[in-house]
Amino acid sequence: MANIFPRWVNTLPIKIIIGIILVKTAIVLGVTYYFTPKFTRVGYAPTQPVAFSHALHSGQLEIDCRYCHTFVDRSEHSNVPGSNVCMSCHSMVRKDDPQLALIRDSYESGDPVPWVRIHKTPDYVYFNHSVHVNRGISCVECHGRIDQMEVVEHAMPLSMGFCLECHRNPEEYIRPVEEVYNLDWERPETEEYKEVATGFVHDWKINPPQSCSGCHR
Amino acid sequence: MRTFLIIYVFIVVATVSILGFRGSTSKKPPLEIFPDMDRQARYKPQAENQFFADGRNDRPIPINSVARGNYHNQIEVFAEDFSDSYLGDTTYNIGKSSDGEFVQKIPIKASNELMQLGHLKYDIFCTTCHGAAGDGNGVVKQYGVLAATYHDDRLRDAEDGYLYDVISNGKGLMYGLKDRMSPKERWAVVLYMRALQTSQNAQASDLSAAQRLDLGF
Ligand code: HEC
Ligand code: HEC
Ligand code: HEC
Ligand code: HEC
Ligand code: HEC
Ligand code: HEC
Repeated sequence: MANIFPRWVNTLPIKIIIGIILVKTAIVLGVTYYFTPKFTRVGYAPTQPVAFSHALHSGQLEIDCRYCHTFVDRSEHSNVPGSNVCMSCHSMVRKDDPQLALIRDSYESGDPVPWVRIHKTPDYVYFNHSVHVNRGISCVECHGRIDQMEVVEHAMPLSMGFCLECHRNPEEYIRPVEEVYNLDWERPETEEYKEVATGFVHDWKINPPQSCSGCHR
Repeated sequence: MRTFLIIYVFIVVATVSILGFRGSTSKKPPLEIFPDMDRQARYKPQAENQFFADGRNDRPIPINSVARGNYHNQIEVFAEDFSDSYLGDTTYNIGKSSDGEFVQKIPIKASNELMQLGHLKYDIFCTTCHGAAGDGNGVVKQYGVLAATYHDDRLRDAEDGYLYDVISNGKGLMYGLKDRMSPKERWAVVLYMRALQTSQNAQASDLSAAQRLDLGF
């Protein structure tokens, strides 16, 4: 009797198994690498209507964040400044620069400047700026080195895992309240500082929520 | 098998080269792989809203309306026992007595806390233009902002209410800051400016004998 199956069929099962393993690994690796906010969000840097540079204004001129984002320490929302804030200087500095035409128009007419929003938590998440910045959590933990950015980009994933990472170990991220707006500040890597940080967490009765209802209220 | 491997490698390389690596900057808004209920129809601060003709979510204050509280005291306004004792208080709110004269003295009690608040707010809102010592040498001087110095007789003799009015409504080239500072904060800054003026214009005779000895006069 002649062979029903040709010879190459002998290696077919092993080939199929290898093929499946390869495809599965690729899909698993691809999904873990790409389907997370670490990929989708980080690096998002839209072109803004006015080429406003934090590197110049907060880095070089050292304007405090609260000069513009005034309500960050008083409310849940960190406001983006209106054009009157820009005009307080730009009515004297570069008052005819074409780059600033939009700001001047907006100041005259009262229409808002259409800044493109970068950081957005989903609407089922409750986030509050003032509780964080008044408790020694600096802007840099969640926004990166804004004071070195020409164009603001999304620096941190701001995913649930990211929030919880800090909520579980606040002492690794906390700093003295005076240094919150100083993005330059570096956490000393010493035992003494670790004790100081644990002291902050204890003295300020810091208890970041880890239960679902803390953030999904 | 060979064709399979070639296709496999091709797909992997294609995916990586199209999607790129984590953290690379992109101008496109982040992909929301599972949109869930991320973006819900609700009011958010400073957001866009097509319902209103001007597209703004934050509504301007209607003409001829009397505000009950504002963003500076929103926490108190919603408290049970809130009584708006400040509303008609022109001295506290605009620094003028009821006959339109500037008030001579700060209407709230000076204290160490108030001085510290003043120092903090001065550093945020005034140093960039007026300099830390109030001598008009802020960082933006070289770019053409010619802010006044506080150390001349006219301003030393000015009423507290006048300084308060300058902070609130601006003067000449300076823009007012009342939208960003609460009345209390503005009075605190007035107090701190008085301290700065004294610091640059102190006489040895203002000190007690013991203090003079300490400084070696
Ligand atoms: C404290 C004063 C101050 C404020 C407030 C301020 N700027 Fe500026 N801005 C400056 C100075 C100083 C420069 C540099 C001018 C120069 O280099 O000649 C500048 C430069 C710029 C430039 C030109 C940058 C370039 O590279 O050419 C733009 C655009 C600009 N500002 C936008 C804004 C916007 C938008 C706001 C409001 C959110 C704002 N500025 C608020 C002081 C200020
Ligand atoms: C001179 C005013 C000014 C100062 C000072 C300033 N900002 Fe901004 N900031 C803006 C403006 C205007 C925008 C909106 C345009 C943009 O995104 O570039 C903005 C945007 C941002 C955003 C992105 C907002 C979004 O859309 O998600 C962050 C985060 C931010 N600023 C943080 C900071 C931090 C941290 C500091 C202090 C180191 C700071 N800013 C100082 C004016 C300012
Ligand atoms: C604990 C993390 C965290 C810290 C600390 C933090 N932010 Fe944010 N920030 C966020 C998140 C999350 C959002 C998005 C909020 C939302 O969607 O409502 C955001 C949004 C913003 C926005 C955009 C708001 C808008 O409507 O466009 C600005 C501006 C901003 N932050 C400034 C600051 C400044 C300035 C500081 C420091 C004083 C700071 N943030 C500290 C997490 C943080
Ligand atoms: C770098 C550290 C850090 C990160 C990152 C962080 N948090 Fe927090 N968060 C804290 C600390 C510390 C507190 C506690 C403050 C207190 O107890 O006074 C807190 C408190 C809170 C609270 C409680 C506020 C209240 O009113 O009780 C909420 C809600 C919250 N965080 C949400 C978030 C969300 C959402 C994110 C992610 C976008 C986030 N946090 C990221 C440190 C952080
Ligand atoms: C520290 C604040 C915080 C706490 C506590 C928290 N979450 Fe979240 N959660 C978030 C944030 C922020 C997001 C949005 C993540 C994103 O957009 O990437 C989120 C998203 C989610 C999502 C949607 C995920 C998705 O991608 O569709 C679910 C489901 C969820 N959380 C469930 C829970 C449950 C269950 C708990 C309690 C065990 C919990 N969360 C506790 C902050 C929190
Ligand atoms: C954007 C820059 C800028 C900022 C910020 C600023 N000023 Fe001024 N200020 C000026 C300029 C410019 C003048 C000169 C106005 C003129 O003479 O036309 C001035 C003048 C003054 C005067 C003198 C008024 C007079 O009668 O001559 C006082 C007082 C004053 N500022 C106080 C303050 C205080 C307090 C703050 C902080 C809360 C502040 N300024 C913030 C730019 C600024």
